[in-house]
Amino acid sequence: MGPWRALVATPADTALTAVLALLLGWAGWGIFGWAFGRAQWLVVRANAATLMVGRYPEPQQWRLWLLLGMLVSLAGVSWGLLRGRGAWPRNDRLAVAGLGGATLVLPPLLALGAVNQLRLLLLFALLLLLRWALARWSGHPAVLRFASAWGAVWAVAYLGGLWLIAGGLGLPTVRPADWGGWMFTLLITSLTLLLALPLGVLLALGRRSELPLLRWLSVAYIELIRGAPLITLLFLGQNLVGFLVPGGLAPDRVWRAAAVLTGFAAAYLAEAVRGGLTAVPRGQMEAARSLGLSSALTIRHVLLPQALRVALPAMVGQCIALLQDTTLLSIIGLFDLLGTARSVLANPDWLGRYAEVYLVLAVLYWCSCAALSMGSRALEQRLSISRDRATVPPSTPSPTAA
Amino acid sequence: MSRDESPLMIEACGVQKWYPNGFHVLRGADLQVRRGERVVIMGPSGSGKSTFLRTFNALEDYQEGRVVVDGMVLDEDLRQIDAIRREVGMVFQQFNLFPHLSVLDNLLLAPVKVRRRPRAEVRRQALELLERVGIHAQADRFPGQLSGGQQQRVAIARALCMEPRIMLFDEPTSALDPEMVREVLDVMKQLAADGMTMVVVTHEVGFAREVADRVVLMDEGVVVEEATPTAFFGAPQQERTRRFLAQIL
Ligand SMILES: Nc1ncnc2c1ncn2[C@@H]1O[C@H](COP(=O)(O)OP(=O)(O)O)[C@@H](O)[C@H]1O
Ligand SMILES: [Mg+2]
Repeated sequence: MGPWRALVATPADTALTAVLALLLGWAGWGIFGWAFGRAQWLVVRANAATLMVGRYPEPQQWRLWLLLGMLVSLAGVSWGLLRGRGAWPRNDRLAVAGLGGATLVLPPLLALGAVNQLRLLLLFALLLLLRWALARWSGHPAVLRFASAWGAVWAVAYLGGLWLIAGGLGLPTVRPADWGGWMFTLLITSLTLLLALPLGVLLALGRRSELPLLRWLSVAYIELIRGAPLITLLFLGQNLVGFLVPGGLAPDRVWRAAAVLTGFAAAYLAEAVRGGLTAVPRGQMEAARSLGLSSALTIRHVLLPQALRVALPAMVGQCIALLQDTTLLSIIGLFDLLGTARSVLANPDWLGRYAEVYLVLAVLYWCSCAALSMGSRALEQRLSISRDRATVPPSTPSPTAA
Repeated sequence: MSRDESPLMIEACGVQKWYPNGFHVLRGADLQVRRGERVVIMGPSGSGKSTFLRTFNALEDYQEGRVVVDGMVLDEDLRQIDAIRREVGMVFQQFNLFPHLSVLDNLLLAPVKVRRRPRAEVRRQALELLERVGIHAQADRFPGQLSGGQQQRVAIARALCMEPRIMLFDEPTSALDPEMVREVLDVMKQLAADGMTMVVVTHEVGFAREVADRVVLMDEGVVVEEATPTAFFGAPQQERTRRFLAQIL
């Protein structure tokens, strides 16, 4: 095969290949030997629940399972809608194999208990079923009508999820201080993103505004935030508020951290969006204005749809960076995944089991970031359909026109 | 009522404009267009034709003089500007269709969002318009899938869908391959025959002869000569017009 032959094209290439193969083999053998020999995985097994949800009270954990079920259903439906009829590209097959393998192999390894293992298997089946069903009937009018309201479904599910986690309105309250682990990381990342996206778009628009004051304020904000390391801002957020607001009234530390993260992510997202805005030709705005569209309508229907498409890859890059940045929360004493892991490792029972725990963490973070970038690539393909069509010669009938 | 007594749709007097970099682009340009009139503007590149045309729908501002469109004075008043833009349609050299919207949605956007007309009703009208310009079969395609000539016809239909009282054309055929010029000009001739008030910047002499009531020559930011097509092309009064015609004919 072509790419393989390139590995041994010249004697120098062959030598390089051999050296690299030896190095890789040596490292792989070392890790393999460690993982199945000296490593003591009991620390992960004993703390699996803690790493997932922190100190969330056990009797209330059914709420989190319910939430997980909801998320899995939404993910399955979205996946099916995104793919459309009958398509099983290689990425999808890889994702299914990976998820299926993880669902089958990990729970016994982690000694998760029969009930939880069964729950996970059922959730995996639900994911596949929904993905298959939605892809199968993606062209059906009822599905299309449903898909157009899909953003609203996600929004409702998100608010419902927050309610499930936090409680109130009938459910016993679980304070943010007791949220933790993987759940906390995902929660604060998604919440921050949801708030930072609109803010970032507004900042980017402000930066291009014709009103000097608005423009200067946006530029000042963006540059100020981008000039400071996140960790200093997080410390400021934790301490400054204490000086400004009298003791009891200050918002919970979790919310303060979320606010700082939001403000931080917004500045970076604004720069990503700005890149997209500059990519839209002037003629588009002129055409919109000449048709009588107000500035607001022009931004909403002409400028943003085109700009966000261009900015999407950069924006996803920022989302991934944000997920990784949440690990800094452990330094200010919050229990995100890393913070929770550190608290586990601080327990004398698990002294020195760093490698085991941090390897699991690395795999978890890597999988989420990979999922994010895979999802974004699918979305990009989906959105760029109209632009791809631009390369189709006019005489060729398009798939949709048929 | 003869055309000379028809109400003035565009009245531009002594319009002067400096670009922000200090370039004095319009140096007292005048033009009057009555309802139902077709005026063709010609002139060398860089003479300010586009800029002048774009003051008629407030895409460009100006510093001196006065532009009155359909009885409304174009000045700083923003509500006035939005009202004017609804009455004046414009077709650009580069088409400027919205690439993320289908052909049909390109037509629907402004009537539905700006005039707040019911979508189904506008849709019917849009499909009729597309049929008139011969793009009916491509309604669900995207602009990038169409040829230049087809795109420009869609752009005309998009402007017409707002039911404008005046149509402005800025070199609508200059970006087209030669074999597509005709299909666009045919649509414009049809529009002229239907009685639309039109101001057209173009170098298509055939079109000007056949359709225009008056032809105007612009040079260095002023209107140099203004005459019927026969007089303009047959017996130009100004030296600059003769020089210009010598170049394009
Ligand atoms: N935004 C601008 N700033 C400065 N000069 C400009 C700008 N737009 C156009 N010009 C200049 O104004 C002159 C007239 O432009 P234009 O109205 O497009 O002429 P025409 O359409 O007759 O070719 C040209 O010399 C052009 O370079
Ligand atoms: Mg021009």
